[in-house]
Amino acid sequence: MSAQVGLRGRAWFQALTAKDPPLDGDPGSVLTADAILGTDKARFLCVVPNPQGRFPCVRRGEVGLEEAYALARRICEAVEQDESRNKRPIVAIVDVKSQGYGRREETAAIFLAAAAAADAYATARMKGHPVISLVVGQAISGGFLTHGYQASRILAFDDSGVVIHAMHKEAAARITLRSVADLERLGHEILPMSYDIRDYAKLGLLHKLLHVENPDNPAAPTVGQVRDALIEAVADARAGATDLGNHFKSEDARKIRLAGLTARARIEAEWATA
Amino acid sequence: MSAITLVPAFVRRTSFIELNARARANELTDPGTGREMLGPFERLESPWLPEQGIAPQSDDGCVVIKGQIGGKPVVIVALEGGFQAGSMGEVSGAKMTAALDLAARDSQNGKKTAAVLLLETGGVRLQEANLGLAAIAEVISSLLALRQHAPIITVIAGTVGCFGGMSLVAGLSSYIVMTPEARLGLNGAEVIEQESGIEEFDSSDRALIWAINGGEQRVGMGVADELVQDDAAKIAAAVRKYVEAGLPRVHRSQQVELYRDRIAAIDTSRQIDPLSIRKQWGTAKKVEGAK
Amino acid sequence: MEQLKFDYPSAKRRVDKKAHVGVAGSGDMEILMQPSDTGAAHVSVQTSVNGFSQSWKAVMDRFFSRYDGAVRIHINDAGATPGTVLLRLQQAAEVIDQ
Repeated sequence: MSAQVGLRGRAWFQALTAKDPPLDGDPGSVLTADAILGTDKARFLCVVPNPQGRFPCVRRGEVGLEEAYALARRICEAVEQDESRNKRPIVAIVDVKSQGYGRREETAAIFLAAAAAADAYATARMKGHPVISLVVGQAISGGFLTHGYQASRILAFDDSGVVIHAMHKEAAARITLRSVADLERLGHEILPMSYDIRDYAKLGLLHKLLHVENPDNPAAPTVGQVRDALIEAVADARAGATDLGNHFKSEDARKIRLAGLTARARIEAEWATA
Repeated sequence: MSAITLVPAFVRRTSFIELNARARANELTDPGTGREMLGPFERLESPWLPEQGIAPQSDDGCVVIKGQIGGKPVVIVALEGGFQAGSMGEVSGAKMTAALDLAARDSQNGKKTAAVLLLETGGVRLQEANLGLAAIAEVISSLLALRQHAPIITVIAGTVGCFGGMSLVAGLSSYIVMTPEARLGLNGAEVIEQESGIEEFDSSDRALIWAINGGEQRVGMGVADELVQDDAAKIAAAVRKYVEAGLPRVHRSQQVELYRDRIAAIDTSRQIDPLSIRKQWGTAKKVEGAK
Repeated sequence: MEQLKFDYPSAKRRVDKKAHVGVAGSGDMEILMQPSDTGAAHVSVQTSVNGFSQSWKAVMDRFFSRYDGAVRIHINDAGATPGTVLLRLQQAAEVIDQ
């Protein structure tokens, strides 16, 4: 697991956009830039650590109140600008520790902030923007639901620093009163509980698992490789539906999520005669 | 004078909280109109729990009932708080998503079908981790697709409340109905205490928990719509009213500028006083529902 | 996790209703009771608490010593006490025989 959450996010944001500062009015933890991607100009978004952040519980790469509303604003802005023109791709670069765990966050209704960001991403997708998530580090729980999981296509690096999960190993160990080693072992037996990105890939939710060299500090050819993968994902998204149906397209998904697919099919059949 | 007339209404009421998910859903539909989809006798259970020595439930803790409320077509999806804290797994998630998708399809074909979500849930079922999380993302997507045509009414009654990823589902709803006993938040006090320390949130301080996450607070600060006593008839009446009202002019989750400004105005140098934020947000510029 | 099965050929009375009682929460159980298609009663139990098959048999024997409905019963058990099991069986039987 990558010790420094959020550093990869910033590194890849800079590599892909050649830009860095947050936009005027945005918190230091949210990076937004429009940059060339193939024949498009895409809007790139990234949440990064901000030790000077106003909210004390959200300084290490968490998605807090300011972050969620800033994301929502920048996505809605792009959607509005592209109302009658080419719908630009929206690329979420994901390396987030989690959602913000703080009292201020709960008091100020962070659940609604998270909802607003998810709303913005999904609305952009439903309006025809290709929304792509590039998971370069961690994508945990509420943080990922807020920033990335509403994408049309999800790409992730095939690397031990990449973790997609519902709860951090340490937190999950504390809550379930198990050791981290026990949890890892359980993850080998129960596929959806695994912390290994290669196991996540078997769930059928990823568009591509990218083998990249030195993801912490990528060289130009590696950046080019990832850029090409994003361009392909954008084209694939444009050619497909604007819902999350691709979650179930692969053979892996149809096999592993058979119970869910069966439940859906039965409800569809019974609904017709109800 | 008969004994019946002497018994106060409060005692005669049917507690909604004491009912299980199926019974709650059945309190809401017009009599005789409710039909359960993929009921318990079909036993489509979690394939992941038995392997871990956990007893599955025949309906995976999720009840889907198609019917009518106030004569209008609805689908009700009720999570069973008594089973794995109403958490979302592969099957329960698929049931909720399917219900929303079918309501959306009917709505697009001219038969507007609202969704009523009874959310008694801690969020993702950790024993199904990534499939639970993906399922919530899919529910969010399907909810937003339905929301273009018909309202989604969320009811949070207690005692589990609505937490974790499912709190986003509540936040995306057209209307939220809560009881005073209910709680709504992204992170529970225990996990905040665990992740950020007891100074940040003492999870044994129940008064603080309800002061921040409780129904009265959420409705008071305007992030939920109506506070209803724990009375099945009253809750059913509130739900009926919102089904009748239809889509609000604007959804709360789309009022980005309003909430961005509110967050910017917060003095973060100390904890936020719940009563103060209730006063600031509750009476500030509000957007009317279609009432 | 244990799967147990019990059969009661003497429970032959035809029934025509279904009953679903209980929630498979910790310390509790759910029962699905419906008409059997074999003219006898059959019970299957899926329980997360291993090693109590004798106890289950005793409860089932006791229930069927007074109940003669030809029912198919399935139980998802998360550690209910024998007393709770019997209670739920009786609740379900009441619904069926209403």
